[in-house]
Formats: sequence, structure tokens, C-alpha cells
Amino acid sequence: MAEPLLIGLNLRAFYRLKMGGVRAVDGVDITVPRGSIVGLAGESGCGKTTLVNVLLANVRPPLELLGGSVLLDGLDVLKMSRDEVRKKVWGVKVSYVPQAALNALNPTKRIIDLIRDAVRQHTPATDQEIVSMCKRRFEELNLPFDSIYRYPHELSGGMRQRVIIATSTLLNPQLLFVDEPTSALDVSTQKQVLRMLLDIKNDRIIDSIVFVTHELPLLRQIASHVYIMYAGKIVEYGPAEEILLEPQHPYTKALMYSVMTPEPESRQRGIISIPGEPPSLISPPPGCRFHPRCPHAMDICRTREPALVELRSGSGVACFLHHSKEAA
Amino acid sequence: MLEAKGITKVFRTGFLGRQKVVAVDNVSMAVRKGEIVSLVGESGSGKTTLCRIILRLITPTSGAVFYDGREVTRLRGKELKWYWSKVHGVFQDPYAAFHPFYRVDRVLYQVFNLLPPTSYEEKKRLVHEALTSVGLRPEEVLGKFPHELSGGMRQRVAIARCFILKPELIIADEPVSMLDASTRMGIVRLFRDFRDLNNSSVVFVTHDLGLAYTVSDRILIMYKGRIVEEGDPVEVMEHPNHPYTRRLREDVPLMYRKWEGF
Repeated sequence: MAEPLLIGLNLRAFYRLKMGGVRAVDGVDITVPRGSIVGLAGESGCGKTTLVNVLLANVRPPLELLGGSVLLDGLDVLKMSRDEVRKKVWGVKVSYVPQAALNALNPTKRIIDLIRDAVRQHTPATDQEIVSMCKRRFEELNLPFDSIYRYPHELSGGMRQRVIIATSTLLNPQLLFVDEPTSALDVSTQKQVLRMLLDIKNDRIIDSIVFVTHELPLLRQIASHVYIMYAGKIVEYGPAEEILLEPQHPYTKALMYSVMTPEPESRQRGIISIPGEPPSLISPPPGCRFHPRCPHAMDICRTREPALVELRSGSGVACFLHHSKEAA
Repeated sequence: MLEAKGITKVFRTGFLGRQKVVAVDNVSMAVRKGEIVSLVGESGSGKTTLCRIILRLITPTSGAVFYDGREVTRLRGKELKWYWSKVHGVFQDPYAAFHPFYRVDRVLYQVFNLLPPTSYEEKKRLVHEALTSVGLRPEEVLGKFPHELSGGMRQRVAIARCFILKPELIIADEPVSMLDASTRMGIVRLFRDFRDLNNSSVVFVTHDLGLAYTVSDRILIMYKGRIVEEGDPVEVMEHPNHPYTRRLREDVPLMYRKWEGF
């Protein structure tokens, strides 16, 4: 099997704040195989976006790295200087479409000016080269090319998001990170954006995608692998279908039960809620971080942290319920 | 119980109000006692405008709203207070419903302005009781400022107002769309429990077809200011008539089935 595109090992990072350290990423291992769409799911404040920043080697105060390594296509990116990362990694090897990117565009500049500024951060290219790159990419993705001469507000939300994603692939990176790319869009536009993400992967414009969201149905539609994150840790991972339809970890189960889709399964199940709220990362509970909300919590869960144990090849879960099964 | 007849709302914009926007276009709807109804539509479909008209926050350009047979479209003063004690709103962003300078106690105690006067001890007892009913410990919220509570907790406080007031109808405008998946269900459940306990009615105004399908007794689909489809959720999902409903059904991401070509 080919070597994975990205490997993150034992990543630990925290925010230094006046009231104490926030351990937003606490011992995370993550692998992005080539040709995959990896979904990273979890609730707000669980550390998803921080993890993405670490994987991108975008670690700046108040975020501090405590340990771990990221191998991106053989490059140890956390050991590189920021300048090196900007020249050799960002835009060229990885691209990132942050959350709410469609509202972050400078309204006084045309799309092409924004693209030019962005591209020049990473590579010296002439105006003409940049325009022809755009033309080729927009044609490949069936986007109207003349939209690059417009101002951001002249495009609809869905078109803006698709233009941003297309732009982020201009320098042919291998890996694309998208963070909640469809959260502000209505369902039909959302589907178009997902379709386009799938197309750029299938057409080999990029190799793999990491898709960050808290909406499991979206991952069901496009992800090949899923990682579930809770309070700074990965609690379960594996092939998308397996994790989303037959979850093992009580938190993943709870998340799945809280999904409301217009399907008979969802209506028959009715309203099943989990008590409580995600814990504070400043003072997380001892033991398993989910135990205060877990219906199956045992004594051991209150004192010891469950390790992330591989159940089958390619999937794993961090829960004592399943550890004991292994032992038996 | 509640009936809206031929509601139209035209907003005027542009220079001297020359441009017209028809937000709600000749809509009629009714809500029966003890029923959970969902009004589904995307942004700009006019669902929020319709819900603000029903709540008597704005007046329609034409048409009328009746509550228990009594017209409430242009109520004022004492009578409006009576209406608001019967029909209560819960909104999308609980942040916007709270004045950031005041402690959350104020939002709760203000409800008593809509109720017959009672002693402070009684009010205090009711506030504690309501907070407990929505799954909050009174000591963890009372005396706090809105920003010290999480989104889910603020929405619970907003619903605690309903538990004090015991309205006959709750209009909930996107009450869970800003909340995380795992807290969403808990909030939806509160509305249902409230209905079961008081035999009140609930109207969910939402863009989330899944939410509407899962919890309602009846759904109304709104598109471009009109109600284009109405009925039992299962029936509407299985046999949608209007092209918009069909498109909606096709484009909502599902959990148990994959989209064609994906």
C-alpha cells in the first residue's frame, strides 16, 4: 500500500491564556491516505480547527506546540521555519479554506486581485500566468470564468465558496483542508459545493481532502474515512460507512442519534438526547473526558484515560467498554 | 386555535420606497391545539416575516390573524399583553434576546409583567422551578451575565420563560440552528415535553427539513412567500407534490442513503 499523504503523530498543542492552558489538541494521531476524503467531526470547541492548524504547521501564539510530528508527503513540516513552510508547503502542497471564508474577502478588491495577492505569497508568477491558470481551472470545474473580474458581493454565497475552493487549488496542492465549507449555505447550494469537492478529488486535481464539520450527514455523503473528536482527543476513527452507521464509542453513538434527517429511521428513533455539554478544555474531567455524559460510565472511566485501540485494521476506538471485550 | 388568513406583507426599499419586496404572499394557515407544526423554508422564503406577524411584532400589509376567534392583527396595550401571555416567541440567537448588560435573572423575571401580580417569593419559586424543568441548576445561571452561559444554556433560559408563562402556543424561530448537534436534541425535546405537559402547541420555523420531519405532526413548506405544500411529514416526504419540495428532498444530505453519483 502506498505511504499515506499525511501522518500526524501524538500531536499536542495548547493555547496559553491568562486563566491557564487550554489543551485543545491532546495526543492526536491522524492519517490521511492518498485519494481519500477524511472527515473530521466534533462539536464546536472540541479542537477540530486547532488540529487543522497544527497539521498545516500554522502554529502561532497564543497556540503553542507541546509535541508530536506531522509528515506531509515525507516532509517533517513542524520542524520547518515559517518562511520555509510558506514557500514549500502552503499553497503548493496543502491549501486551506477556513471557516466563513466567503465572508472574509476584501470587498473593495475584485476576485482576480485577491487571487493574485494569494498566489504571489507562494510563488512569483506574472499576471498573465495567473489569469491563464484561473481560466484552465475554472473551465475544468465548470465555473464561469468571468466571475474573477467581479467583486465578492456580486457573487452568490455558493458561487463565492466554489470560487474560493477553485482558487485554493491553483498551485496544484496535493491536500486540501476545508473547514465547515457549507455552513451558511442552503441545501441545494451545499450539494453543489460538495459535488465540486468530490469532482476535484476524482479528477485528480488534488489528491486528498480533509473535511471539517459537525454535520455527520455531510460526511456520510462524501467522506471515505472519519475521525470523531471530543474535547481535544480522537475518540473513534475508521471507514466512513462503518463509523457513521455502526459507531462503537458512546459519544459517536450519541452524535449519530442526534442527527435529524428526513428519513424513516430518524423519525422512528425519535428524540434521543445526551445530557450535559462538552467540557471545558481548561480543566477537563479526569479519566475519559466523556464519562460525565456517558450512559455506560464505569468506575475505571472516572480515573483512567482509555487509549485509542485499533479494533479492526483501519478503525479504532478509545473506550473501556471495547477494551474489556478485547481482553475477554 | 390560531388562524392566519390571507396574510401579505410587502416591504418597501430603495429611494422613496419605490422598490417592493413581497415577503409573504397571501398565506393562510392554522394551528390546532396540542399540535407541533413546522414551517419549513430557506432563507428569504418569508417564514420569519410570517412568524413575526403571528407574534404581533409587525403588522401585515393585508390579511388578519385570529386567536381563539378573536382578531389580534393590530392589538395594542393591555390586550397585546394578554395575547403575548398566550403566544410566546423563542428565537434563533438567544444572544440577541438578552441584553448583555443585565444578568439573566432579568429576562426571567420580566415574564411576570405579562402575568397577574404575585409576591416576590412566589416569583422566585416559579423561576427556580422553571429552570429545573429545562435542565438547569438555578445556582449555575442566576446572577450570571448572558456571555457567561453557553449557547445551549441561553436557549434553555429562553425556554424557561415558557415554563413560567405557560403559553398556549410557542413560536420557535430556528431555535436550534446555532447549537451543536449533541445539544440540539435536548432543546427539541424540551419543546416536546412542554407540549406534552401543557397540551400547548408549538410552531417550529426552520430551514431544517430533517428537524421538521422528525418532530412534527404536520409540516408546511414555504417557498418565495407562499405555502406550497402542507401535510403529514411522512406523507409529504414520500409523495411531494411541489417541485420545490421535491428538490429539497433530493438535496438534503441523508444519513442512511447516499446521493446518486456520490
